[in-house]
Amino acid sequence: MKTRFVMGNEAIALGAIAAGVQVVTGYPGTPSTEVLENVVKHNPKKEDGTDAIYVEWSVNEKTAMEVGAGAAYAGARVMVTMKQVGLNVASDPLMSLAYVGVKGGMVILVADDPGPISSQTEQDTRTFAMFSKLPVFDPASPEEAYQMTKDAFELSEKYRTPVLLRPTTRVCHGYASMEIPEGRYEYTPEGFVKDPKWVIFPRLSYAAHKRIEEQNRTMTAELSAYAGNTYKKGSGRKAIAAGGVSYAYTMEALALLGIDIPLLKIGTPFPFPNELAEELLNEADEVLVLEELDPVIERALVHLVGKKHLPVDIRGKEDGTAPSAGENSVDGILSILASYLGIDLPAGCVREETPALPVRPPVLCAGCPHRASFYAVKQAMKGRKAVFCGDIGCYTLGNAMPLDMTDTCLCMGAGITVAQGIGRVEPDTVCFSFTGDSTFYHTGLPNLVNAVYNDAHMVAMILDNSTTAMTGHQPNPNTGKTAMGEVAEKIDIEGALRGIGITHIATVDPLDLEAAIAAVWSAADQPGASAIIFRSPCIALFRPTKMYHVDSDACIGCRKCLRELGCPGLVKDGGKKVKIDTSLCYSCGLCTYVCPTGAIRVKEDK
Amino acid sequence: MKNILLCGVGGQGTVLASKILARSAMERGELVHTAETIGMAQRGGSVVSHVRIGEGCYSPLISRGQADVVLAFEAAEAVRNLPYLKEGGTVIVSTTAVKPVTDALSKTDYDGQVMLDYLARQNVRLIVVDGDALVEKCGSAKVLNIALLGAAARADVIGMTVEDIRHIIETTLAPKFQAMNLKALELGAASV
Repeated sequence: MKTRFVMGNEAIALGAIAAGVQVVTGYPGTPSTEVLENVVKHNPKKEDGTDAIYVEWSVNEKTAMEVGAGAAYAGARVMVTMKQVGLNVASDPLMSLAYVGVKGGMVILVADDPGPISSQTEQDTRTFAMFSKLPVFDPASPEEAYQMTKDAFELSEKYRTPVLLRPTTRVCHGYASMEIPEGRYEYTPEGFVKDPKWVIFPRLSYAAHKRIEEQNRTMTAELSAYAGNTYKKGSGRKAIAAGGVSYAYTMEALALLGIDIPLLKIGTPFPFPNELAEELLNEADEVLVLEELDPVIERALVHLVGKKHLPVDIRGKEDGTAPSAGENSVDGILSILASYLGIDLPAGCVREETPALPVRPPVLCAGCPHRASFYAVKQAMKGRKAVFCGDIGCYTLGNAMPLDMTDTCLCMGAGITVAQGIGRVEPDTVCFSFTGDSTFYHTGLPNLVNAVYNDAHMVAMILDNSTTAMTGHQPNPNTGKTAMGEVAEKIDIEGALRGIGITHIATVDPLDLEAAIAAVWSAADQPGASAIIFRSPCIALFRPTKMYHVDSDACIGCRKCLRELGCPGLVKDGGKKVKIDTSLCYSCGLCTYVCPTGAIRVKEDK
Repeated sequence: MKNILLCGVGGQGTVLASKILARSAMERGELVHTAETIGMAQRGGSVVSHVRIGEGCYSPLISRGQADVVLAFEAAEAVRNLPYLKEGGTVIVSTTAVKPVTDALSKTDYDGQVMLDYLARQNVRLIVVDGDALVEKCGSAKVLNIALLGAAARADVIGMTVEDIRHIIETTLAPKFQAMNLKALELGAASV
C-alpha cells in the first residue's frame, strides 16, 4: 500500500493497470485526456523489460473503439478513452459492439463535462448508456473512480459486454491523497477464436437484443447490492437521491447544515438498482433528486413510482426544483435544500459590492502562428465576400476580437464540410475552412475527399502547428512520435492532399505575411477545392531566438498593432504608445508587418 | 479541516503552489483534496486552486464562505474570490496587477490599487505583500508563488511552517532553481 496524491484521471489509469488492462486506445479531449497519458506514465514492465500495456492515441474515437474491440475479441482487457462528444464519433462501433459483445473485459471511459467548461454540448453519457443498453458506472470522487474502474472490468468480463465508465470534470481533475495497493491482475489472453458470433447479422442481432434485455434485468438486481449504490436511512420522510459528484456536494451540504435525512446514492445509473431504490421509496413521501446533465436518476425513480403505484413525489429537474442545465455546486445544492426542507440558510458574510473586475477571456498565445494565419486570410479577403468555417482546437479562439475570423464551428472536421454546404447556396462566396493537423487526420480527410469528388469550390486552410496543442500536445500522425514515445514515419499532409486529387496546394509559413497573403489570393481564384498548408510550430515546441522592441521615437501611437492583432505581447506603454511585454513576446514578428512606421524591430538576439 | 483557496492568472504558478501545500500536508499524514483550473482557461485566464486538508471533505471544491485563507498572486483575483472566504478569514495578496490581455483593446485601464483599497475596507485579516518589489529582488516573476507561501507560513494560517516549505523546495525542485526559490521564500516570510 502506498499513499499517493493522484488526479481522478490518474486514479482511473491506476485502476485499469491494477485490473490487468493490456491495450489502451483513445483520442484526446478535455476532461478525459490524462487517463491515457497516465497509463503511459505508469506502464508496468514485462520481464523482458518491454512495456506491459500497448497504448495508442488513435486518429479518432471510432478508430480507438474498433482497435479496442478487436483486442477485446482476442481476450485482452481493454480500455478506450474519450470525452463525451467523442462518443458521438465512436457511436457506430459502440452500438453494434453492444450486440456482439466482447471476450476480454472492455471499459469505455467517457468523461462528461457539466457546465460545459470546455465542450460543445452538455450531453449525458448515462443517457447514451441507456440508448446503447450498456452498463454505466458514475463515480462520485477520485477514490471511487479507482475502485469503479476495477469493478467495471469485472462486470464487463462477467457479462461479456463493454461497460461505460463516466466521470465528470470535477472527478477527472480533482486530486486526492489515496492509498493505492500494489499488484496487477495477471493473465494470458486466449487469443482470437473464430466463431460466427463475431459477425453481426440480422438474425444474430435479434437473439442478441433479447439476451441484452434479459441480462440488464439480471444486472438490475445484482447492482442493487453493489457497494457503489447505497441507501443511508435518516430521519423524516423527505429524502434525497444523488449521483456522481452531486452526491459529494450533497454530503458536504448536509454536513454544513447538520442534517441527517434519508439518502440514496446511485453509482450505476444504468441498469438502475431498482430494488435498492424501492427501499427508499417505501420510506419516503418526497424524494429530491440531485444530479447533473440529464434527469436520469429522476426518471428512473418516476418510472418506479408509477410501476409500483407508490405515493411519492419525485422532485428535480423536471419540475424546476433543480436547474436543468449547467454544473451543480455545494452552494447551489444548499439553496435547493433550503427551499425543499423549508429551512433558513446560515447568513453568509455581507460585503460591500466589488469594484469592476478585469475580464480574462482565453486568447491565442503571444506568437501563436494561428494569429498570423487568420490575419493573412483576413487581409487577402478584404473587400471580397468570404466565409470562414472554423473547427475544434486552439484555433477556435480565432473567433475573438479583433481577429473575428471564425464564422462557424460545429464539431470535429466540420469546418471543411460546412464550407462546402454554404458554397452550394452562395456560389459567389469564397468559402474557407480552418483545420488543425490533428483534426485534419481525425475527420478532416474524408470531408476533403467529399469536396474533391463532388467538385466543391472551397479553400481548405490546414493550420499545421505540428502538435495537438489544445489538449496538451499529444502526438498525432503529423508529429512523428507515438503515444508510447516511439518514432514513427510522419504521414505527410501535402502527400495526403495530393493523393485525394487536390492539385492546387501551397505550403507557406504564415509568419511570412506577404507570402501568406499571396498564397490566399491565388488559392481563392482556383476552381474546385484548393488547399493551403500554413506550417509553423506551436510556441510550446521551441524557445524564441530573438526579441523585438518598439522604438518609441518611431511609434506614432496609432495603436494599429493592438487593434488588428490582439496579441497579448503588445501592451500600452502607459501613454498613447505601445510597448512589447518581453515576458510574453515569442518573436513571431507579425506585428512588424502591421506597424505603418516600422517602429517594431529586432532588439537583440537571445 | 482547513480550506485554502489559491488564485492568480495563468502562468503565475498557482498549481505548483497548491501541489507544495498538498505535499506538506501529506507528509504530516493528513488527507488532502485539491481541484484546479485546467486547460484552455489557463491561457491568460483566471486560475483557481482549491486545497482542502483534513477529514470530512466531500466536495473537491470549497464552497462560499468556507475558506480559511485566500492566497492571491494578483490583486483583482483576490477580490474575485473573496466570496469564498469565511467571516474573519485571512487574505494574503500580492500587489501585482496583471492587466487582462484584452486591456490593450479597451478604453478603461485596470488599476490594482482600487482592488487593494477594496480589500482593506473588508472585515478580513489582510496581509499585503509587495510582490513586484520582491520578484525584482529575486530576479524572476516566476517565484512569486513561493514568496506568498512564505508569507502565509509566517502568518501561521496554512498549517505549515517556513521550514516545511524549505524542506519541500530542497527535496523536490531542480537544484538550479533552488537558490532563487529559497530567497523568495525568505523574503516572503520576512514581509509579514
